[in-house]
Amino acid sequence: MANADCIIIQGSNMAEAHPVGFQWVTEAKARGAKVIHVDPRFSRTSAVADKHVPIRAGSDIVLLGALINYVIEHEKWFNDYVVAYTNAASIINEDFRDTEDLDGLFSGFDPETGGYDMSSWSYEPDRAAHSGNPGDPGNDGDAAAEQDGAEESVEAAGDQYGMGGPELDVSKPRRDETLQHPRSVFQILKRHYSRYTPEMVRDVCGISIEDFELLARTVTENSGRERTTCFAYAVGWTQHTVGAQYIRTATILQLLLGNMGRPGGGIMALRGHASIQGSTDIPTLFNLLPGYLPMPTVEKEDLATYLDGIASKKQKGYWANADAYTISLLKAWWGDAATEENDWGYGYLPRLTGPHGTYQTVEGMMAGEVEGYFILGQNPAVGSANGRMQRMGMANLKWLVVRDFQLIESATWWKDGPEIETGELRTEDIETEVFFFPAANHVEKAGTFTQTQRLVQWRHQAVQPPGDAQSELQFFYEVGRRIRARLAGSTDPQDRALLDLTWDYPVDEHGEPDGDAVLQEINGRHLTGPDAGKHLSTFNEMKADGSTEGGCWIYTGVYADGINHAADRETGVADGPAGKEWGWAWPANRRILYNRASADPEGKPWSERKKLVWWDEDEGRWVGNDVPDFPVTLAPGTIPDPEAGGPAALAGDDAFIMQADGKGWLFAPKGMVDGPLPTHYEAQESPVPNVMYAQQHNPTRVTVPRSDNYSKPSAGMPGADVYPFLFTTYRLTEHHTAGGMSRWLPYLSELQPEMFCEVSPELAAERGLEPYDWATIVSPRAAIEAKVLVTERMRPLRIGGADAQTVHQIGLPYHWGVGGDAVVSGDSANDLIGVTLDPNVLIQGSKVGACDIIPGRRPRGTDLLDFVAGYQRRAGLTVDSGNEGVTGTGEDAGPEADPMAPPEMTSARPHPPADGPVVPHDPPGPLGRKPRPRDSQQPSQQPSRQPPATEPRTGRED
Amino acid sequence: MGWPVLRQFLGGDPLGRSSSVVSRKTTEITPRTTTADRAVQSVCPYCAVGCGQKVFVSDEKVVQIEGDPESPISRGRLCPKGSASEQLVNSDTRQTTVLYRAPRAKDWQEMDLETATEMVVDRFLESRRNKWQDVDEHGRHLGRTMGIASLGGATLDNEENYLIKKLFTAAGAIQIENQARI
Repeated sequence: MANADCIIIQGSNMAEAHPVGFQWVTEAKARGAKVIHVDPRFSRTSAVADKHVPIRAGSDIVLLGALINYVIEHEKWFNDYVVAYTNAASIINEDFRDTEDLDGLFSGFDPETGGYDMSSWSYEPDRAAHSGNPGDPGNDGDAAAEQDGAEESVEAAGDQYGMGGPELDVSKPRRDETLQHPRSVFQILKRHYSRYTPEMVRDVCGISIEDFELLARTVTENSGRERTTCFAYAVGWTQHTVGAQYIRTATILQLLLGNMGRPGGGIMALRGHASIQGSTDIPTLFNLLPGYLPMPTVEKEDLATYLDGIASKKQKGYWANADAYTISLLKAWWGDAATEENDWGYGYLPRLTGPHGTYQTVEGMMAGEVEGYFILGQNPAVGSANGRMQRMGMANLKWLVVRDFQLIESATWWKDGPEIETGELRTEDIETEVFFFPAANHVEKAGTFTQTQRLVQWRHQAVQPPGDAQSELQFFYEVGRRIRARLAGSTDPQDRALLDLTWDYPVDEHGEPDGDAVLQEINGRHLTGPDAGKHLSTFNEMKADGSTEGGCWIYTGVYADGINHAADRETGVADGPAGKEWGWAWPANRRILYNRASADPEGKPWSERKKLVWWDEDEGRWVGNDVPDFPVTLAPGTIPDPEAGGPAALAGDDAFIMQADGKGWLFAPKGMVDGPLPTHYEAQESPVPNVMYAQQHNPTRVTVPRSDNYSKPSAGMPGADVYPFLFTTYRLTEHHTAGGMSRWLPYLSELQPEMFCEVSPELAAERGLEPYDWATIVSPRAAIEAKVLVTERMRPLRIGGADAQTVHQIGLPYHWGVGGDAVVSGDSANDLIGVTLDPNVLIQGSKVGACDIIPGRRPRGTDLLDFVAGYQRRAGLTVDSGNEGVTGTGEDAGPEADPMAPPEMTSARPHPPADGPVVPHDPPGPLGRKPRPRDSQQPSQQPSRQPPATEPRTGRED
Repeated sequence: MGWPVLRQFLGGDPLGRSSSVVSRKTTEITPRTTTADRAVQSVCPYCAVGCGQKVFVSDEKVVQIEGDPESPISRGRLCPKGSASEQLVNSDTRQTTVLYRAPRAKDWQEMDLETATEMVVDRFLESRRNKWQDVDEHGRHLGRTMGIASLGGATLDNEENYLIKKLFTAAGAIQIENQARI
């Protein structure tokens, strides 16, 4: 970021949430870079930016889509970059229909499952490149009639794929480098975003045309050969029911502007926990194995089927070697017991049958399916959406293990949680056994964190943990050792995977396993041959024949040459943030991904000012200031053997080496379950109707229709105005997430002692809220109280064009929780939030909630339940409220409405959703279902339009 | 003239960063960081910026944690949370013993680590078996248990997450999650 000429911070309050990282923004600004902050709230980030642009939470795709449209309309795209490095020139299947054609849906939507069949989004194959390939559908018949992949319906949930996404059938698509073909990605993109105009930005986002144009000009003037623009985001972009598509929209923009893989460019994910990146790479996540390999689903009955689902051997790039990564992982886990005869132990991996995310787990607790729960350095009673569901789920467990430093609310809800106060739970009735184990902290154990830029840093142990405190390493090593001892001699096949597991780690005199030994296993070793026992240096050394092991292929190299490179500290400040000898960045100690794109197709830097890696003709290799993210001797201009697959299939300009076609994807021909192009849908609890499409919400979002998880009726439906305001949540500098590491610290508690809400002077006047007095905020799920901060930092926005309405946004920090042990406590903002999930990654939409706000404290005891229920009755809430599926006609608008359509499209028959055979699809898990069409989901009871018998109580001063 | 603010403005030290803030007491004390037995390089445990920390240790106790000026990421700086992390280590309310709450009990009881660990192992094995699924309704292999779940990892070390994922997966437990999806 320090090298950027322009930094757009959107969906993040970087100065307050990542203050020390923000010094690099400050430094860039001091060198002349422009900094623009787009955020609902004016914060310290806005204060030091060149410009703050207030935005309605949940409308970012319209703004970013309008920037894409601006770039295309004003011919500001970086043409040489776009043609060479993106899929702009690729031609898409003629069966594809855009949201412009289908009233907000893409082709392939199945109203029954609420999901897409992606086959019509695929590339049209290049018949020349595919000729002589007998297995390829492009080789026989008429290519126009037989699209590759079209014979096979492809419908799946996002959780079934690792980072590689699904296999791509067509890695050599037909191309039109003039970008003029009507079915080229570029033309489809142009058409898709043509209605994302400055006027639409004004009406949907509440941003003035002048502000939009300033933003658009600043971004485009600071992109190109000589200059680069960087985007930074945090959970303000991810926690939405279309969250993954927010990031995709920025990706499209940055690819068009040529800002990916270049110094000062890119899209920075500002992550919020010391090792949240690491815990995704080496995942404690249900759908992944280490290195973004997917957990196997029940359909993947053997290893070959599993590997076919990750990557074809025929596709380009490094995912084609997924067999080597997977077998090396299985060898690391099951050692000699993983043999070719037993599919390398693939049968030991448990199988998924749908989403098993954290919110589905809570449902499993309530259903009595989940008996035992480990909570490891997390505080879901406060930190997860719909906190009441979390606590009620835990109250139905047989046993609960909490490992932390302090008695966090997730450990004490059974005696002082909110449901004890309301009488919903009685301590003496709760059967759950609770174990609290004290944990060692970051200075009391040695190991690595991976920070937000993939940098793996080793921490040395400073002291021993106090008392019975243990590291997770020691606790789980011990649990595993004891489990294996108990099961020793078992002949039950279900115990084989545990008994065959490699679980021998050296321990010190305190019983602590050697983290360094675990890191070596993660890195991997040669098992046979002359190098047997030697550490692997790169994942290219991994083999699919069982001769190597390695626990996480992307981390291979962290222990190259037998040295712990995460502990490298060979640099001074002078090296700047990219100092290559400080820690180790995956993959291969590379600091900027896809950095081949920093040079032109001939291998020369796009400009002297922005050079990073380049082709050295004399040496015959890529050289420069970073580890080249490209086969190091693959010359520019190389045309690969058309029969080749994997890295050997990469051309000299296939800069995006992990993509199946080597190109950056403006259009995602597969992998995004809610569409190949980001599309604006309103949030689950948006205060306004979607003016872009008749389709109100993301039709593929995962809804959770339960009476303890009501949603507000969609905008315009009866009862929607009972919760007239929008609330959004955020962090403060002085606290950390759910407070487990901050609300027990006196310094930090003194700095931020109390839960508060930020409201505009206009809203305060409208609702009679007094500064520094109390307010009660009530959502369709819960009511909380907070101190009132009246501030112009919150600005009412005018939304909706001709019928403009004022949208008031309320800001809520989410760090406080109800309990008796912390230095400071307070009501939890997460109790207000409902659970509706993004279909790609199953994250909850927690940045846009609906609420009412009134002066005074909330009621206590059972009165609180009555208070919340009173609002629910007034709004007529049912489990179907807000959970409509398709709200448009979903029908082809026809050729008249389709000026961009190529001739062959006008003759195409209307394309009803999912008219092909549908591959048997996993039913949704116990919790979560895809919304169905509205007509099957009409509220079973007509919402009452009558005012309630009594106005909601205003609470009393307890 | 002993009043600091007067000394500050009259004594040629308007910014209050020099002689005006020195007293006999301040000249007689030494920072804990200079008397520490050692300084250990570490990384801040809060957000994901990954700031370098120096952990100062005296008599095997952490006496102070400061920013590591060597770090090319943070250049010696820490935010309020990182600066307060000494309290994370030495907090008075920190729990250092195992606590157990029996079914329907109104309060905790102390428990020794060995007993508690064995009890967890008992329950792990029992719940694993109670909710074991060999095959699905079509007879396809599942080989898993739905009886055990876990949440956490974003504050833990990579090596710890690796062992957790490895052990739970081998045990057939699939509901393993962390903050990354929250």
